[in-house]
Parts: sequence; C-alpha cells; structure tokens
Amino acid sequence: MMTTLVASRVSPGRVSAVISRNVGALRSGPSYWIVLVSGFFEPLLYLLSIGVGVGALVGDLTVGGRTMSYAAFVAPAMLAVSAMSGALAETTFNFFFKLKYMKTFEAVLATPVRPIEVAMGELTWAMVRGSVYTGIFLGVMVALGLTTPGWALAAFPATALVGLAFGAVGMWISTLMRGWQDFDLMSTGQFALFLFSGTFSPVQNYPLGVEILIQLTPLYHAVELVRGLCTGVLGVGLAGHAAYLAVMAVGGLWLAARRMEKRLCV
Amino acid sequence: MSRRVADQPLIFARGLVKRFGDFTAVDGIDLEVAPGEAFGFLGPNGAGKSSTMRMIGCVSAPTSGELRILGMDPVRDGATIRGRLGVCPQLDNLDPDLTVRENLTTYARYFGLSRAEGRRRADELLEFVQLSDRANGKVEPLSGGMKRRLTIARAMVNEPDLVLLDEPTTGLDPQARHLLWERLFRLKQRGTTLVLTTHYMDEAEQLCDRLVVMDGGKIVAEGSPRSLIQSYSTAEVVELRFPDGLDGNAGYAAKLDGVGERVDPLPDRVLVYADDGDSAVAEVHRRGLTPASVLVRRSTLEDVFLHLTGRTLVD
Repeated sequence: MMTTLVASRVSPGRVSAVISRNVGALRSGPSYWIVLVSGFFEPLLYLLSIGVGVGALVGDLTVGGRTMSYAAFVAPAMLAVSAMSGALAETTFNFFFKLKYMKTFEAVLATPVRPIEVAMGELTWAMVRGSVYTGIFLGVMVALGLTTPGWALAAFPATALVGLAFGAVGMWISTLMRGWQDFDLMSTGQFALFLFSGTFSPVQNYPLGVEILIQLTPLYHAVELVRGLCTGVLGVGLAGHAAYLAVMAVGGLWLAARRMEKRLCV
Repeated sequence: MSRRVADQPLIFARGLVKRFGDFTAVDGIDLEVAPGEAFGFLGPNGAGKSSTMRMIGCVSAPTSGELRILGMDPVRDGATIRGRLGVCPQLDNLDPDLTVRENLTTYARYFGLSRAEGRRRADELLEFVQLSDRANGKVEPLSGGMKRRLTIARAMVNEPDLVLLDEPTTGLDPQARHLLWERLFRLKQRGTTLVLTTHYMDEAEQLCDRLVVMDGGKIVAEGSPRSLIQSYSTAEVVELRFPDGLDGNAGYAAKLDGVGERVDPLPDRVLVYADDGDSAVAEVHRRGLTPASVLVRRSTLEDVFLHLTGRTLVD
C-alpha cells in the first residue's frame, strides 16, 4: 500500500529534473571530475596490488568446489566495492553538502518537487556514477582474463543494484549526520566491510560466529551476488542476495525521503 | 452562492498557529490577501514573519487553524500550489555548481517546463533583472544585490500567481536596495501579487499597499502604511536630543508632558508626537528647555511600531 501511495505521487519528470541538475553540475569544472576519477582508482589499485601481486604468492583457490586464481576471486569483490563506494560517495559527501551547506534541496522543495522525488533523483544519479565505475572495471577484468564478456554483461546490472542499495542507505545515513565528524565513523564502518565481507578471503575461513555476523552485513551479499555472476556460479542463493540488496534500496530510499521531510519541511 | 474564482483571496488564514515544541512562533493570525495586492509583514526578528511565509509557501504544515492558498489546502495540494508560487527565501540558496543561466533553466525543470521554454524564460528574466551579461558566469562572484536579483528571477521562472519575498533587501547596500525596489515595483505594476516580510519601514512604505505589523507571533495592527500612521501616530514627530540625555531622558519627558499628543523617552532621544511639529518645538523652547538637537520629521511606520510594542524595530 505504501509503495502504491508513493508511486501515485511521484512524477518521473520531476525526478529527472533532479538528475539533470547534477548533469549541469558536472559541467561546472574539473573539481567534480577529479573526485570522480580518484574514486574509481582505489578498487582497481587493490585488485592489482593484492589480487594480482599477493595472488602470485597465494596461488589458486578452491571455493564451493570450484578452483580459480586468487585474482579471479578478488576481482568481483573489488567490483562490488567499486559499485558501493561510487554510489556512497555521491549520497553521503555530496548529498550531505547539498543538504546542509548548499541548501540545494531547500530551493528544490519550494517547487512542486517532493522529498521522495529528490531522493529518487539523487539515488539514480548515484547509481549512474557507480555504474560508470563498474562498467570500466568490468572492461579491465575482461582484459585481464578475470571474467568473460558474457558474464561481465550479466554482472553489470547486479552492480547497479549494489549501487542502489548502498546509495539509498548512505542517503538515509546522511540525513542523520550532524556534521563532518560523523563521516569518520562511517568511513571506518565502510573500511571494516571492505576488509571482511569475503573480499580477500572466503568467509568460511572465519570462526562460525564471525561468519554468521558477516553474513548479516550488506557488502557480503553484494560480493556474493557479483562474484557468482562474474565466475558463472549460479544458484538460488543469488536471488537471496539480490533480495537483501533490493530491501536495502527501497527501505533506505523511503527512510531518506522521510528524514529529509522532517528536516527541511518544518 | 459561491464566489467567482477571481474574487477569492489568494491567501486566506483563520486562527493560524505554528508551534515548534513549546515555542509558539505564530499565535493565531487571520489574513486575507487579494489578487494584485502587495502585502507586507512588518516586524522585528522573531516576530513570526518567516514561519508564516513558510506555511504560505507550503513547506511547513500549520500546527492548527485554517489556511487556504489559491483556494487550496497547503497540506493536501502542496505540490500544485507550489507550482504557482515564486519564492525568494531570506538566505540565498542559489546553486554554486551551476552558471547564472543554468540556475534558472534548472529551476524551470522542477516546474515541469521544457528545456526550450526554460531557456526562453531564463533569457527574458536575466534581461529583466539586468544580469544578461553575467549569464554564463558563476554565481559566487556576484555581489549580494546581484544574487538577490537572480533569486527573484528564479522565483519568476514559473510565471507565478503569487510571489513570496522573505526580507528581500536585508543586508544589501542602499544602491542595491533601490534597484531591487524598482524591479519589484515593476512586478507589482504588471499585476503580480507580492507578499513580503521586512523589518525596514521604508521598504514597507515603498512597496506595500497593505500590511500587518507582527509582534510575538501575533498581528498587532493592520492597514495601509498611511492609515496605520494615521491611526497609531501623529502627522509629525519631533526628535529631541539632550546633552545629558542618556540618564535624563525620562526626566525631560516629564517636563515635556502636554507638548503634542504623546511623549516617548528613548535611551538616546525623546520623541514628541504632534500634528504640528513646529509649534511643538516652540512650546519646548517656551518651557525653557534647550535640546542639543531638534529634528522635525514626518511620522513613519517605525513610530507606529514603537507605539504598538514599546520597542524599536531594528535594534
């Protein structure tokens, strides 16, 4: 019922107007591009240093009955991380700046545009940014022989879902932020997810308690979904991971819009 | 029988209240603003002007009371109403990531206008606010007055029925203020309904056909600038400054009792309200008082406000 209520009030034209504001900002100068480019390189550098470099020491890896090179194991995880951090950078730093300092959304909400439409437009933009990263990253993976073009095409929409999920939750967190100091907390959390979500080693290597804990956290599901598709190991489990991410996307979006309304429409 | 749409007030409020927790910002006000009117809220900071404007702008829901904007309910029909309003907020929230022109074209899209229509209106409005030569530049280097003009242009991009201006000239230098007033006066001549808040008396007198004086969330007086002055003040005011004024003004006020209609001692001067300022001055001298300076001036809304609340408008 809630979704139909929301859907009936959302105007695609207004959502795309929110997106087009960001397209305009893209033309504003080099600063935004520098942020964009630097965000892309981080996961790529991890792939090359740890995946390829450390991988040479580790040798092949057998996970779930399949043997693969360590780089092929790490690469999909870095792809998922790249989708996550691309979308998160947009809906946390940039979104918070627009929300709190530039007062962009106050100006927008004085027009017919509603908070949910702002949230949807910003999230779509974040997903696009994440997808630019993952598109290029998949190209690199194909070039290095870490996946096939066919599986890369299958994994691409999954990375978009990862972007939506983390982007939405990040946006919600941004609406709760008091100031920049809270971002340090978030970065630490993000880094912990990055290290332990089955990114550099299979989660089965951890004690059972830790393994279960990891399985509750979001990046684990993103990594598993993307890795399954990149390596061509399909199973019902993938649907479960996708469902987890879809709930994050919808829930985060709804909470973000509600918080924005509480914060700006008083 | 229902009234014709054209006769309906654009803004109608009865017993309008806005509370934030225990604090009552707007305390039961009644309002009616007719199409084509230039209507002002005059009052000091914290009087409830901006809270009222935000409720009229449909970004803040009333706590209680009745409010109709353009004949609609601001909570249920908020988006529809906002589509027909132009809002110039107190603090500029122009987009620094966009050019001057893009600030208008982007805003036009929020109202569902096509890109082509947005560009057409942007060029026309930049002409109107005299910023055409800055169209492709950034917002940041603009002066305060230019930014405010751009914000007003942005508020006009949807050709609104009602324009809300929250303290349009606060913080601007006199030259910029006069240019802005002149542009707003033109809007008024075109028949645009203007609603503005201000704590400048001269602004209210220049621009408003009718205004309400707010204090502590309540409306304390209502009328045209002229009628308010007539009802709450005298035609002229004599300002007397005494050399030992700072301590003695209350004492001087007692000695001036009966001169003019009313005497108000302020910290730095004594005001004597009289319809004939010159004869009041003669009476002051006849009583043997020797003020350091004497100024006879016409009464202003500041005097109205002082009379109604006992305080000056701008501290």
